[in-house]
Amino acid sequence: MSVINLLQEKATNARKDLLKVVHHAGAGHIGGPLSAIDILTTLYFNEMNVDPSNPKDAERDRFILSKGHSAIGLYAVLAERGYLPNEELFTFDSLNSRLQGHPDMKALPGIEMSTGSLGQGISAAVGMALGAKLQNQGFRTYCMIGDGESQEGQVWEAAFIAPKYNLDNLVVIVDYNKLQQYGWPGTDTERSAPNDLFEEKWLAFGWHVIRIDGHSYADILQAFEEAKSTKEKPTVIIADTVKGKGISFMEGNYLWHSKVPSDEELANALAELNAVGGL
Amino acid sequence: MKISELKKVSMRDTFSTALLEISQSDEKVYVLDGDLATSTKIDTVATKLPEKFLQMGIAEQNMLSVAAGLATTGLQPWVATFAAFMSKRALDQIQVQIAQPNLDVKMIGAYSGLLTGLTGKSHQALEDIAIFRTLANMTVLAPADAVETAAMIKWANEYNGPVYIRLARDNYPVIFDEQHQFEVGKGVQLREGTDLTIIATGTQTSRALEAAEILAEQNISAAVLHLPSIKPIDQEAIIQAAVRTGAIVTAEEHSIYGGLGSAVAEILAANEPTPIEFVGVKDRNSESADNDELLNKHELLPIHVAEAAKRVLARKR
Repeated sequence: MSVINLLQEKATNARKDLLKVVHHAGAGHIGGPLSAIDILTTLYFNEMNVDPSNPKDAERDRFILSKGHSAIGLYAVLAERGYLPNEELFTFDSLNSRLQGHPDMKALPGIEMSTGSLGQGISAAVGMALGAKLQNQGFRTYCMIGDGESQEGQVWEAAFIAPKYNLDNLVVIVDYNKLQQYGWPGTDTERSAPNDLFEEKWLAFGWHVIRIDGHSYADILQAFEEAKSTKEKPTVIIADTVKGKGISFMEGNYLWHSKVPSDEELANALAELNAVGGL
Repeated sequence: MKISELKKVSMRDTFSTALLEISQSDEKVYVLDGDLATSTKIDTVATKLPEKFLQMGIAEQNMLSVAAGLATTGLQPWVATFAAFMSKRALDQIQVQIAQPNLDVKMIGAYSGLLTGLTGKSHQALEDIAIFRTLANMTVLAPADAVETAAMIKWANEYNGPVYIRLARDNYPVIFDEQHQFEVGKGVQLREGTDLTIIATGTQTSRALEAAEILAEQNISAAVLHLPSIKPIDQEAIIQAAVRTGAIVTAEEHSIYGGLGSAVAEILAANEPTPIEFVGVKDRNSESADNDELLNKHELLPIHVAEAAKRVLARKR
């Protein structure tokens, strides 16, 4: 099986899982995890040096989901990758579960940093990349942030400092799905953000900037390669994505930020995904 | 010797020396600055051991989250800034990424309390004990003098977990001798007495000792219990003080809400109900002024502690 076919299959499985789990739990986010899932899948099945049987290996690559409300998307990919049994996904959000509503590094091996309060994960990623440099360790650190999250000032505090320490072992991915929980009524019919000029901002802060289609595995794979060959500065990958990607009636609709699908909506969504493939 | 005759030494200087020592001897120690190195005195590390000094710029939220990330790679970050900015600007970062995950990050609030050098209320930290005491996993410490400061830094270096240490800007009488060992969770009985106990922490401890001297001249016998460890707190010593003397005054350079006084009251209410008077900053904002003017206005001077002692004696059963 080609890499891209494998990624597509794994991502489709993860999409199905996360929809079923949110339906089962009666809570959780959907739109953001669906926009992030193709990148998360590529990270865990192709890009990162990780071993689910040895999740605390000092040499492992690190990933931080700074947009922690997309936790169920990360859990679904971690389950596909073998960090936890698939059935355990259905404990999401329940008492004593390792799968907290937002990622908890003390609860589940494989979660590298607790997040949930927006803007913080990227700074912790800077700390991990800096820690690797200070100790001559070869691991790389990856961090996904949201475009809505980028309204937090701390994101730009982190963006300011990372190039000062030449963190070429750090890759930040912006899941640029252009919608948030409620957003900017009146801006346009889709409630998308005012022009964020993301590329210009990150360039001005001294980062290597790559712009991709966040649902194209070829684009994602190539961007990670380019990041690895970039020296002396951190890389940001601005990934144009679609909120609710993969489910026609969810795509581009801000209301699916954290809406729970009905039985019928779940059946329709799973039917669409089954038509694409996967298990 | 009277307290007022003791030599006064800077907590900042002994902090700086102790931090340089552990930075030299312990490869996991790194020092993070939010551009206040000449105030906090961590510039000593920048000058003598620049490879251990990480300038993070004026961005406290990022600085504390970076410290969390560094800690996950096996390092022990020491973050020093003004207590006001540490406790309030970066509280969310400290809670979610340091206290909840129980990471080995040391936080130094260098200018705590009221006396921050003519800087006024934006720079005064009268809430930091209350704030940090509510965070699970967090250890909260406040030394009384320069010797105890150094002992505390060495202890925190050995301990694995988040620690907040509340320092003072100015010089304080040296109460302890060089052999003094800091023990977390333990109080230090500095003076025996039979009529009441003054329980004090941090900069207010030497003022409490002066208050006891004032009271002695009036034939009132005041014990002084110093609590350098506000969390964990020495519950047994607090209960014993109440049992033995039957009246308590708490003294702290902090709001009367949520700090040492509240912590003592919580323990006594549950174990040994005892009359208490609280010396601390009342429910009001402060301003920029000379140290003595501020201490007088907010009633934190030894004479005010002594007056509180007389009030509590009047209520003693």
